[in-house]
Amino acid sequence: MLELHSISRSFGDRAVLSDVSFTVGNGRMTGFVGANGAGKTTAMRVILGVLTPDAGTVTIDGAPVTAADRTRFGYMPEERGLYPKMRVAEQLVYLALLHGLGPREAKANTAELLGQLGLEQRANDTVESLSLGNQQRAQIAAALVHSPDVLVLDEPFSGLDPVAVETVLGVLSARAAAGAPVLFSSHQLDIVERLCDDLVVIADGTIRARGSREQLRAERGGHRYELTVAGDVSWVRDVAGVTAVDIDGTRAVFDVDSEATGQAVLHHAAGLGAVHGFQRQQPSLAQIFREVIQ
Amino acid sequence: MARPVPTSPSGARPIAATRAVRLVAGREITTRLRSRSFLVSSAILMLTVLASIIIGGVLTATADLPKVAVQRSVVNALPTVMSYETVLVQTVAEAEQLLRDGEVEAAVLSGSTESDLGFTVVGLDQAPTAVIASLSTQPDVRILDPGSQDPFLVYLVALGFGLVFFASSITFGTTIAQSVVEEKQTRIVEILLATISARLLLAGKVIGNSLLAFGQIILITTVASIGLLVTGQQSLLGQVGPAVGWFVLFFVFGFVLLAALFAASGSLVSRVEDVGTVISPVMTLVMIPYLGVILFNDNALVLAVMSYVPFSAPVGMPMRLFLGTAEWWEPLLSLAILILTTAGAIALGARIYSNALLRTGSRVRLRDAIAG
Repeated sequence: MLELHSISRSFGDRAVLSDVSFTVGNGRMTGFVGANGAGKTTAMRVILGVLTPDAGTVTIDGAPVTAADRTRFGYMPEERGLYPKMRVAEQLVYLALLHGLGPREAKANTAELLGQLGLEQRANDTVESLSLGNQQRAQIAAALVHSPDVLVLDEPFSGLDPVAVETVLGVLSARAAAGAPVLFSSHQLDIVERLCDDLVVIADGTIRARGSREQLRAERGGHRYELTVAGDVSWVRDVAGVTAVDIDGTRAVFDVDSEATGQAVLHHAAGLGAVHGFQRQQPSLAQIFREVIQ
Repeated sequence: MARPVPTSPSGARPIAATRAVRLVAGREITTRLRSRSFLVSSAILMLTVLASIIIGGVLTATADLPKVAVQRSVVNALPTVMSYETVLVQTVAEAEQLLRDGEVEAAVLSGSTESDLGFTVVGLDQAPTAVIASLSTQPDVRILDPGSQDPFLVYLVALGFGLVFFASSITFGTTIAQSVVEEKQTRIVEILLATISARLLLAGKVIGNSLLAFGQIILITTVASIGLLVTGQQSLLGQVGPAVGWFVLFFVFGFVLLAALFAASGSLVSRVEDVGTVISPVMTLVMIPYLGVILFNDNALVLAVMSYVPFSAPVGMPMRLFLGTAEWWEPLLSLAILILTTAGAIALGARIYSNALLRTGSRVRLRDAIAG
């Protein structure tokens, strides 16, 4: 389990992270979302030890992260970076060796990953000669080539075509399923919504929300219901505690001031006739995001 | 849709500092050796050196070895070592014909009316003094103030040291700076720094490129030495040899000094396009010895100063050794100054490099990079 405890970091007099704490659980795909400049990249760099925090600690399984621990981290930086003129396979082997793998293991992992990511035909091409999507896959391979136990990926899905998104998603979920904590940032909220188990929302260097996806939805969902009945539904707007959002013939969308008001509406509707549908609306991640960063 | 991923405990572990440096240096070297532009520029430098030696050899060979017709009957009377090429003839008429045709510059014929040497030197329209001198008995010569070399040779040697130092420093220095910025621009530096420290990365880059530069210098001096031997310029090799030895030694430290500064300068910018401006101060430091030694190779004071200033010592001190104007302890003192400066530059360079490496965007101010 990877944990950040009260991390603060400033550049000059600009505070980029203030008192940031969150947890990336073992086997949990944790989405890290926030607007540009919110502090995602800085937080990731702190986790990787590339930046030293002004205050706070990063721990792995309860103990402060050491340089030795970090060799077992897989990291994909924000802007794509591999040596442009170096061959893909050579580059992956080089990175694996720097992470302490033996030459044979380095080569075996490289070959296996290139196969998984559909890059085996490109192994001996230089990085600059690859298409952008393939460069991105090579970048993912670079983060995974030393079989890391912890993954920290900055925008792993940006610039990927839908097929590549599925491939990468598969590779990452497999790592998570094997028990690795996986932290990834993304501005593509639909992907985050589909993929993540847990969510961390950051804005202006502070954590605005964190927890499992379901928990956040339940907490942040508010009390919005949708009711569909056989007859006219316009009476809903007159129920005490109800704020109508959209009432159209037999279908009503409305907010309530409490759980009880919602149940009262349902009860009343059932008394009037057939109820075709009554459900609490789940807010999308985008809605939660908009709400928490305000 | 994912196939199974290797999930066995990974073999990832921290690596020893020496291994990290070796890996980084190894990558620098292989990358450079695969670069066509590097190979071409090295070949051009090498060919330039070789060509100048061969041309020099041909010029001196034709200038110093006049042809002389020698009558067979006097061959045994002549000194065994002669500084001219002999053309054997039988008769006086044959010799005179060669002389008139301009085939030979002088003839040595048997018989003498005025001396007891037993031969006569014949010239066409004037006395062939060079031939006469080589056949004459010379008195012992003692020179009170030796050491002044042929000015043209001095100029050539100065140009040689200056050019080689300049070309190597510029080539490899620029390469180091570009390679630093490339890592910064592509952000691969973040992956690298998550694994090894900035100091080890810097050490690997400097050592890798320095080894290449030393290799090039040694190759050039070897080619030059062989060239001098093959073209029969042993005496020149004897004069220049010790200075070249010192040059290689000074170059080793002088280059590392510059390499550290080039790397530190490069780390201040984030785009390869900006490398040119940021390394111009270091480029100036490289230009000074190059221009200095060419313009002032006959000015003892300037050379003396240059031979102690760390940036120009690799050119200035070997030059003074070649001219014979340096005491035996002077190269050692200068080398000590150079080594201390190099150590300081590495410490400062590593600090700047470590601090500036992750600051992307606009150019990092030197003061900020030093302060951290």
